[in-house]
Amino acid sequence: MNINSELIILRDVSKIYQVGKIEVPALKGISLTIRHGEYVAIMGPSGSGKSTIMNLIGCLDTPSSGDYFLNGDNVSEMTDDELAHIRNKQIGFVFQTFNLLPRANAFRNVELPLIYAGLGPGKRRERALETLTAVGLGDRVNHKPSELSGGQRQRVAIARALVNKPSLLLADEPTGNLDSTTGDEILQLFDDLHQQGNTMIVVTHEESIAARAARVVRLLDGEVLSDTMNGKR
Amino acid sequence: MFSAIWDTFEGFLIALRALRENKARSILATLGIVIGVMMVVLMVTIVAGLNASFAKQLAQIGSGTIYIQRFPWIIQDDFFVYRNRPRMTMRNYEDVKRHSLLASSVTPYVDTMRPIAYKSETVTGVMLIGTDDTYLATTDVLPEVGRFISPLDAAANRDVCVIGTTVSENLFDQENPIGKRLKIGGYYYKVVGVLEEQGSMFGMSMDSQVIIPLGSLTKHFGRRRDLSIIVKAKDPSYVADLNDELTGIMRRSRRLQPGEGNNFSINEQSQLMDTYKQITSGVYATGILLGGISLLVGGIGIMNIMLVSVTERTHEIGIRKALGARRIQILRQFLIESALICAIGGIIGVGIAWGGSKIISQYMPAVMSPAVALGGMAFAALVGVGFGLFPAAKAARLDPIIALRKE
Repeated sequence: MNINSELIILRDVSKIYQVGKIEVPALKGISLTIRHGEYVAIMGPSGSGKSTIMNLIGCLDTPSSGDYFLNGDNVSEMTDDELAHIRNKQIGFVFQTFNLLPRANAFRNVELPLIYAGLGPGKRRERALETLTAVGLGDRVNHKPSELSGGQRQRVAIARALVNKPSLLLADEPTGNLDSTTGDEILQLFDDLHQQGNTMIVVTHEESIAARAARVVRLLDGEVLSDTMNGKR
Repeated sequence: MFSAIWDTFEGFLIALRALRENKARSILATLGIVIGVMMVVLMVTIVAGLNASFAKQLAQIGSGTIYIQRFPWIIQDDFFVYRNRPRMTMRNYEDVKRHSLLASSVTPYVDTMRPIAYKSETVTGVMLIGTDDTYLATTDVLPEVGRFISPLDAAANRDVCVIGTTVSENLFDQENPIGKRLKIGGYYYKVVGVLEEQGSMFGMSMDSQVIIPLGSLTKHFGRRRDLSIIVKAKDPSYVADLNDELTGIMRRSRRLQPGEGNNFSINEQSQLMDTYKQITSGVYATGILLGGISLLVGGIGIMNIMLVSVTERTHEIGIRKALGARRIQILRQFLIESALICAIGGIIGVGIAWGGSKIISQYMPAVMSPAVALGGMAFAALVGVGFGLFPAAKAARLDPIIALRKE
């Protein structure tokens, strides 16, 4: 994988939602390129198209028009199952509400993407434990989400996002449900992951979080308002 | 191929975990299946038991034995059709005996009911049978004590008798019956033998009978009696041919013209079995139908529960999809889950039916075969797959974004 080669290319991407008989444009012809190893914050007020662009980049949805290339594959023309495959292999999600399976323990949660990747149980166990240890939860493997603190839950979610070694870590308000201390710890972990070469995209409305990213893309009313590099990074 | 099996196994584990998390609901959901499977399995078990017992009783008639009689065993038309048939005569018997090549033995047979007395004891409802020595070969009964009617007894129309065990027990408490003189309808007969115990056929005791030479019976109790001719084939496989041969002999013996219908009946065991099966198949079908309806209701219950489960777990499905679960994997997960619920219901149903069959078998024949038990469970699982398909497909089709948003 070529560092600094393009990971994400959005070319004139629009997304229009049909609400009753009215067409509501959420994205209006956005073009954006993100390279391997970048740390990008996507910012904007609610209704700016933040969530929509996250769903598109995360391959949970396809654009109404325009092209989206992820690692050279044109995602905009893929079927549901092909998108599922891309999500499994290329994308690691970190959600604001963690989205862990409540009745499965940390290990089972982290193992999940590996099951869908078709790995055998031995390999899965090895990879899941390794990843949980890497996020500092080596001793919480058998705990259920309800037995973990908010920060620990988000670490489980991060481990789950990382376990399949994706090309892209996609976080949506990752500290939104955490107190500021734990939030800082999670952001520190993000910094570390970026240092290790992961491509990070964080969708947020908090300037303090965006300040940690190397690049900030601001959206307003479905259009790119600004796309700036942060300070010396 | 391998990965499909592997995925199924994974789905199985996931389903098992999901079921363990919802024990009470899963058990309630499967109640309809339990009842349905129980009914079907119990029904099959009972009917199979009845069939086996009927077949066993029929075997006493002997599959290689044919009865030439005035009336058929099973009268399907009006009795009127048969009423005017001429009696079976000794001449018919002589002709059959003389001309049949496929018969190993031909036995004349007449029966009537007569009270039997010895000293102060009298037994009623006893079947008095007139026949000859060949009866032993055609019916496979043996005297337990003494001897059977000898050829000489038969030829000389001697007043001797062979008695069944019930008659022996009722008349001769502790005495040895051999050589004693019984009174049958005013005539004295010397007991020469006691038959071995035979049990009952179709509810009629075969041990409450007295056998005397045919000539003696016609001499004392009237000669205008209707005769049956019992013919045993040289080999059971000849029965069909024997049937044809006997028809020909009987038609000639009774001087029937071509085109005239038979005025006699050739009866054999298989006809009884056929008719019995016709009757029980109706009962059988009804039982299966009722069980099928409860399975259907149970299946709808499963579908309902699975739909609830899918709705409840929409968020979970969203998570799984976001993490890369393909449609088939979600579909499989829910299908396996409903199949598993139903299979467990099937196991419980078969278990209850097994217990039920143990209780029933004290009153009537009922033995559950492993095939029926396994079939019941497999069918329950199939119901699970069938009725789980719609909810599972609904789960598989969910949009991940909408599903994720639902808490």
